[in-house]
Amino acid sequence: MSDSANSNGLKTSTVMVNGAEHRVWEKGSGKALGFLPGIGGRPKWLPLFDTLAEHHRVIVPSLPGFPGADPSHLSIDDNSDWVCACLDLIEQAGLSGADMIGACLGGSLLADVAAHSPASVGRLALIAPFGLYRNAEPLPDFFAQIFPEQKKLLCHRDGAFDKAFAAPEDSSDHSIDKEEWDILRYRGMEAAARYLWPFGDRGLEKRLHRVTQDTLLVWGKEDRIIPPSYAEAFAEGIAGTTQIELIDNAGHLADVDQPDAVAKVLLKYFNV
Amino acid sequence: MKLMYFHLMPYMDLPEDFAEKHESVWVDVDSKLFDPRKAHHMYHDFISELEHADAVGFDAICVNEHHSNAYGMMPSPNLLASTLARSTKDAAICVMGNSLALYNPPTRVAEEFAMLDCLSGGRLIAGFPVGTPMDTCYAYGQNPSQLRQRYHEAHDLIMRTWTETEPFSFNGRFNQQRYVNPWPRPLQAPHPPVWIPGGGAVETWRWCADVDYVYAYLSYYGYLAGQATMRGFWEEMENLGKEPNPFRAAFLQFVGVAETEQEALDLYREPAEYFYNRSLKVSPKYVAPPGYMTEATLRARAQSQVAKLAGQTSGADAAGAGAAKIEGGGGPPSFEEMVEKGFVVIGSPDQVAEKLTTAIKDLHFGNLMVLLQYGNMKRDLATYNTDMFAKHVRPQIEGIFEDEWEHHWWPKPMPVAERATEDRS
Repeated sequence: MSDSANSNGLKTSTVMVNGAEHRVWEKGSGKALGFLPGIGGRPKWLPLFDTLAEHHRVIVPSLPGFPGADPSHLSIDDNSDWVCACLDLIEQAGLSGADMIGACLGGSLLADVAAHSPASVGRLALIAPFGLYRNAEPLPDFFAQIFPEQKKLLCHRDGAFDKAFAAPEDSSDHSIDKEEWDILRYRGMEAAARYLWPFGDRGLEKRLHRVTQDTLLVWGKEDRIIPPSYAEAFAEGIAGTTQIELIDNAGHLADVDQPDAVAKVLLKYFNV
Repeated sequence: MKLMYFHLMPYMDLPEDFAEKHESVWVDVDSKLFDPRKAHHMYHDFISELEHADAVGFDAICVNEHHSNAYGMMPSPNLLASTLARSTKDAAICVMGNSLALYNPPTRVAEEFAMLDCLSGGRLIAGFPVGTPMDTCYAYGQNPSQLRQRYHEAHDLIMRTWTETEPFSFNGRFNQQRYVNPWPRPLQAPHPPVWIPGGGAVETWRWCADVDYVYAYLSYYGYLAGQATMRGFWEEMENLGKEPNPFRAAFLQFVGVAETEQEALDLYREPAEYFYNRSLKVSPKYVAPPGYMTEATLRARAQSQVAKLAGQTSGADAAGAGAAKIEGGGGPPSFEEMVEKGFVVIGSPDQVAEKLTTAIKDLHFGNLMVLLQYGNMKRDLATYNTDMFAKHVRPQIEGIFEDEWEHHWWPKPMPVAERATEDRS
């Protein structure tokens, strides 16, 4: 475990999961609030996190294989492995029992963690989680797209994707050149594919009834990967009290498209 | 020099405007275009063409595996190999091959290849491809990030299945079998020669060297585009201290032979245009699922110009990428470009022999896989092309490398006198 802090108060540490290094970002004080990112990871500390950190101790661990983590996804084979890796991450990052936000595939992982180990997490906010696949309303094949199309599927707002996912110039880890960044981004996409291929359906539907936590479901109204109607399906399946918030002018990565609007609904929910 | 007759078994009746009206020949190819009554005749013609290749003395006949693909109608090459094992007598039967991660359990490959080896009297070459992204990840739903791990475990299981002398248990990461005990077992001892069709992945080259398998570069873009990849392969062999025995490499080449160059240009224009402009229309969205290419290969390409070039022209596992590249570069190639760039070697017997001799020596491969039927080429023209090649080209190239190198990777069949004959029943 190593620790460092920059002038903005952002602390970076490293935890070991499956024998591999995973970066953990932390900022702010007060009650811990965790964030599990989705496709692409979150290579940069985002404005959303700053807003949340004004009220919480925000903790953002990197998932296996995603930016900030070693390629430990290669040792993960099935859903149990993913859930265990997330439980390890949550414990090591000091998030046991904390309120948690999960976006995209981070959302389905978080829901599965809650179903498997209810005591490990507090209240939940899921931003357009994967995990369900309804044949009547099928999801598009995100991976069978050329990159410009993938960007359009992920973000609604022009330029939002490029801003959030360009090579991190002011990385607190070390500077990353363009070629290395391309490889790390590819690794992150592979990790996403390892978990999601081919439908993002890991049988969560059968376990949603074990999610007894109160859960906020946040969805971009313009989500082209998982239609907002899936929010209803999650709300029906989850045993805890649920609440749905739809975000205007936001696509699948609503937190990247509309950080202020997403921060607002998250703060409203978690500050109660 | 081993001369091997390769067949893709293409669907020959795609409409003329296929490339304009359809996004891809693979994965989501329009199923309404398939006419099983036409396919009935195509299959019979193709099998006859392979049988004819055996009759006129090709060293091997080759079949291969593709799924949801209108240029390769062999989802099960083993079915075709089995009928060929009965109807042919001399040629090696090269199944190029079974995509190991698609067989569940992978011991199915060990069993079926053992059956083919017994049936053919020990003429089998066992091809173990990873398989293209289109075949494996899209048509067969395999996870691209797990594909190579599954492939290698399947390989290890199959090799143990062939070589262990007692029944055993296999507790693998992806396969668990309490009882592994194949019946039948392969005729060739300890097992049929293993060949690996691949693109330009450095890891594949290293692995082939490590386990002493033949590397087969199955590019559709000919010997000029294949130079970078083959150079990379031989450089890697040298780095690894392997002797440059050309028989450890195979290369695929489209060929069209006629009495004169002009006649050849006239005869093979249509089937070549059909293949490169219709059959190779692969949507770029299917060629690079994340994880299919390993990080190690990406890094090698970033660091090495040779590997980078190899990656850009890699064949079997990126046929689609190549096609997409060609399309991206201003539309499909003209027939003149196909000939000029060496996608197709076209000419009189002497011209073809000269070009192939150059290709064989430059790229340094001892196993030439020729495609003499391609696109919508009808059986009479395919037979003519095959005969012209066998009679007039083969004698000019078959001796290359024969005196200098020994082929350690060729099947060792039963003596002909000991093999079953049809009247023995």
